[in-house]
Amino acid sequence: MSALISVRDLTRVFDVSKPWLNRVIERRPKALLTAVSEVSFDVPENSVYALVGESGSGKSTIGKIMVGLVPPSNGSVKIEGVDLATETDQSKIEAVRDDIQMIFQDPFASLNPRWRVRDIIEEPVSAKGRRTSGLAEKLLEQVGLSAADAGKYPHEFSGGQRQRICIARALASEPRIIVCDEPTSALDVSVQSQVLNLMSDLREELGLTYLFISHDLTVVQHMADVIGVLYLGRLVEEAPRDRLFNEPKHPYTQMLFDAAPRMDAFGREIDPPKGEIPDAINPPPGCAFHPRCPLATDRCRTENPEMRNIGTTRVACHHAQ
Amino acid sequence: MTQTPVLSVRNLVVEIPTRHGVLRPVDHVSYDIHAGEILGVVGESGAGKSMAGNAVIGLLDRPARIASGEILLSGQPIHALKGDTIRRLRGKKMGMIFQDPLTSLNPLLTVGDQLTETILEHLRVGQTEARKRAIAALEEVGIPAAAQRISSYPHEFSGGMRQRVVIALALCAEPDLVIADEPTTALDVSVQAQIVALLKRLCRDRGVAVMLVTHDMGVIAEAADRVAVMYAGRLAELGPVREVLTNARHPYTAGLMASTPLASQGRKRLRQIPGSMPRLGALPSGCAFHPRCEFAQEQCRNEPGPTLDRCDGRAACWFPLTTDQKVSA
Amino acid sequence: MTDSAETRAPAATNRARRIWDSDFVWSFRQTPVAIISFFVVMVLVLAAVVAPLIAPHDPFNPATLNLMNGFTPPGEPNAFTGDQFLLGTDDQGRDVFSTILYGMRISLFVGFAAVMLAMVIGVTLGLLAGYLGGWVESIIMRVADVQLTFPAILVAMLIFGIAKGITPPEYRDQMAIWVLILAIGLSDWVQFARVVRGATLVEKGKEYVQAARLIGRSPFAIMLRHILPNVLNPVLVIATISLALAIIAEATLSFLGVGAPPTKPSLGTLIRIGQEFMFSGEWWILFFPALALLSLALSINLLGDWLRDALNPRLR
Repeated sequence: MSALISVRDLTRVFDVSKPWLNRVIERRPKALLTAVSEVSFDVPENSVYALVGESGSGKSTIGKIMVGLVPPSNGSVKIEGVDLATETDQSKIEAVRDDIQMIFQDPFASLNPRWRVRDIIEEPVSAKGRRTSGLAEKLLEQVGLSAADAGKYPHEFSGGQRQRICIARALASEPRIIVCDEPTSALDVSVQSQVLNLMSDLREELGLTYLFISHDLTVVQHMADVIGVLYLGRLVEEAPRDRLFNEPKHPYTQMLFDAAPRMDAFGREIDPPKGEIPDAINPPPGCAFHPRCPLATDRCRTENPEMRNIGTTRVACHHAQ
Repeated sequence: MTQTPVLSVRNLVVEIPTRHGVLRPVDHVSYDIHAGEILGVVGESGAGKSMAGNAVIGLLDRPARIASGEILLSGQPIHALKGDTIRRLRGKKMGMIFQDPLTSLNPLLTVGDQLTETILEHLRVGQTEARKRAIAALEEVGIPAAAQRISSYPHEFSGGMRQRVVIALALCAEPDLVIADEPTTALDVSVQAQIVALLKRLCRDRGVAVMLVTHDMGVIAEAADRVAVMYAGRLAELGPVREVLTNARHPYTAGLMASTPLASQGRKRLRQIPGSMPRLGALPSGCAFHPRCEFAQEQCRNEPGPTLDRCDGRAACWFPLTTDQKVSA
Repeated sequence: MTDSAETRAPAATNRARRIWDSDFVWSFRQTPVAIISFFVVMVLVLAAVVAPLIAPHDPFNPATLNLMNGFTPPGEPNAFTGDQFLLGTDDQGRDVFSTILYGMRISLFVGFAAVMLAMVIGVTLGLLAGYLGGWVESIIMRVADVQLTFPAILVAMLIFGIAKGITPPEYRDQMAIWVLILAIGLSDWVQFARVVRGATLVEKGKEYVQAARLIGRSPFAIMLRHILPNVLNPVLVIATISLALAIIAEATLSFLGVGAPPTKPSLGTLIRIGQEFMFSGEWWILFFPALALLSLALSINLLGDWLRDALNPRLR
């Protein structure tokens, strides 16, 4: 199975400096936020690759770069062999645009409140000038709503239903890949299970590939085949699902698993993780995790660890085994 | 335990008159919280859990109002108090922690000013003593270099630190009751763990009663002693947290627990509860959950509202689940 | 499925029913001030529109005027000719009622057109500034800031003066209306631009705009079809209040002599004319045009106030 999506040394830096005048007066240097730093991974066809991390990990940014909303500063993202950022052949760009779609986190802000559901769902296709009769109705049925809903407005639906409409919209151009940016984080637990089941069913039915971005480990454990753990813009560990949950290698992954609230952890007194996620504008030198890491040594403070293989796991740590 | 509970809510009803009729976001809800105990109030959006907390602390937005029932704070009724009296009580005896730490703190005042303001308002101490206590409060919640940070502004803290400041603010006047409304929802996982541990430690040490309102079952499992499950404004189940979460008696609670990804490990599809929670303006007859309940019977459709005291005291259900009944796929 | 007439008719009344029951219309029905203002505005606008049909006299046709009719008090027969006039006549024998009707036409036309102009310019610039950002935004906003430092009336007078300078004298009266519209419109666009820019910035960050960009829609398509419908709410409120202000601005300019000429007077011009006679006893020449202006501006303002509250999402 060739890799459908191929990410190599992806880097994205945001210039969040204050305006030039302010900088001169206050004598501050330029502030550069490294959101994503040299991330490389492959996503095989018909699989679910999950990106897991907390705020500042860069997972959302990677998703946006992948669909072409944000250009990379360095490195490349190739989808079906096409790099959206550098490709010049319009027809190839169009073909790839049809093949990759996105579902967003906030079901209330992802639908234009002034558009009817039908127009929202058909836009990926109608905007290219192609015929759309009956498409919205068919997709609505496919996501578990009714065809009669096509004429309504988004505010007439609940959060879970709106997320289904977003999924219908993502399916309109018959994509092969869907990037899901925290699709159930804003939903209640009982609705979450309905939406996740829908996504699993669709994946089987249509042979889709998902890039699943989330901070919720239990959801990821259910949905993903391979999981990549991000910390401050770097990929620190990547492993198939069962291996990651049974034998996490990176200290950060272990800390994340310990800290995550669990339903069977009644009244447990854990030692909570130390410290907080550092400032992305001035990250710690060497390994970004070293200030909070129980295994940190001098080498960690100066040298940024490279990705290495331990069995089926890839991990970026000097001390992991 | 014959000790008077710190908070006693009895048959509380909150109503909102709208042009389409009267809505009841809180419908005959009763629970007690004792000193040093953490009660988790869990439910999905629109279930009324936040509204109940707001009613207790007296911060209901008009046109919502307490229509009937009682709220007793250490035995004293407070639901009918107005204006100045409830305001004084609010800061002194009740502290509140909101979800968004950024908007809970006044961005124009230093953290120290906000703490000393509250301390001076409610405790009989002088300026210097208040400042000392403020620094001590910051240290207690784990803010490093508290003596310097006391002059910082809220935006100079990170999200997790800010929430710690909010907790310090809620506890500095030495209240008997703390209401925490989704205190960890806006925080990262690792920070969540820290805040939950902090909350547990402080409240146990000081013997404060805590009402922890959240939709996150994992936080409830870790932090709470007892849990109240709310559905469509009504109390569905109330009991010790381990009991309720592992042997739920109300079909809704059981369905909720079964639909979490953790409960469906190894299965391809998650168990799901069909349908969705009804809107307050369109509640079904009888038991609010019956249209989605696989165990529903005639009585559930016809007989109005099962409540805890009319059933077995633990689940508001005419046919609570026995240990061998399990929610199906 | 055939769409017979029977199935279509209930759908139409259904739609009317739904609009009647909607929160917006309900709020209107509940607010007496809104109902009264709306009624007053409707009556005045209607009267102005059908002025040629209902005005008892054509006040601007010199052939029908009789100088002897001048200064007739309202309701009383003229000492010389015996003609009666509902609201009296002015110094040239023109029926005040008719002049008001025609005057309102000019005032309303100029007001509407000026607001339309300001709205089109302001909304467009606001959208561009908000969505495109960068130097486009900087330039537009700085121009707006500079313009705001000048009082609107002075800007209008400046434009008027320039226009007067470049038009040949025989066209000046004709062009006056259009210059007025241009002047008031150009002095008023800034508030639209600012509000729309702010609203655009908010909408730009929302995921539905990102979804549209994902698909590959052009920035102009996104601005026009996605963002514009969502930023129109505050525009409607500002437009209504701007209308009242534009009418008053026009009246002010005409009062100062740089607006509508006496040959085609607006309410402001009439007030200027009437002002001369206020203290010599012929009060009605000033009073009634002023009353008309007041009613018009006030009702539009009150309607705008109600609209702002009705459209405020927080109060819903």
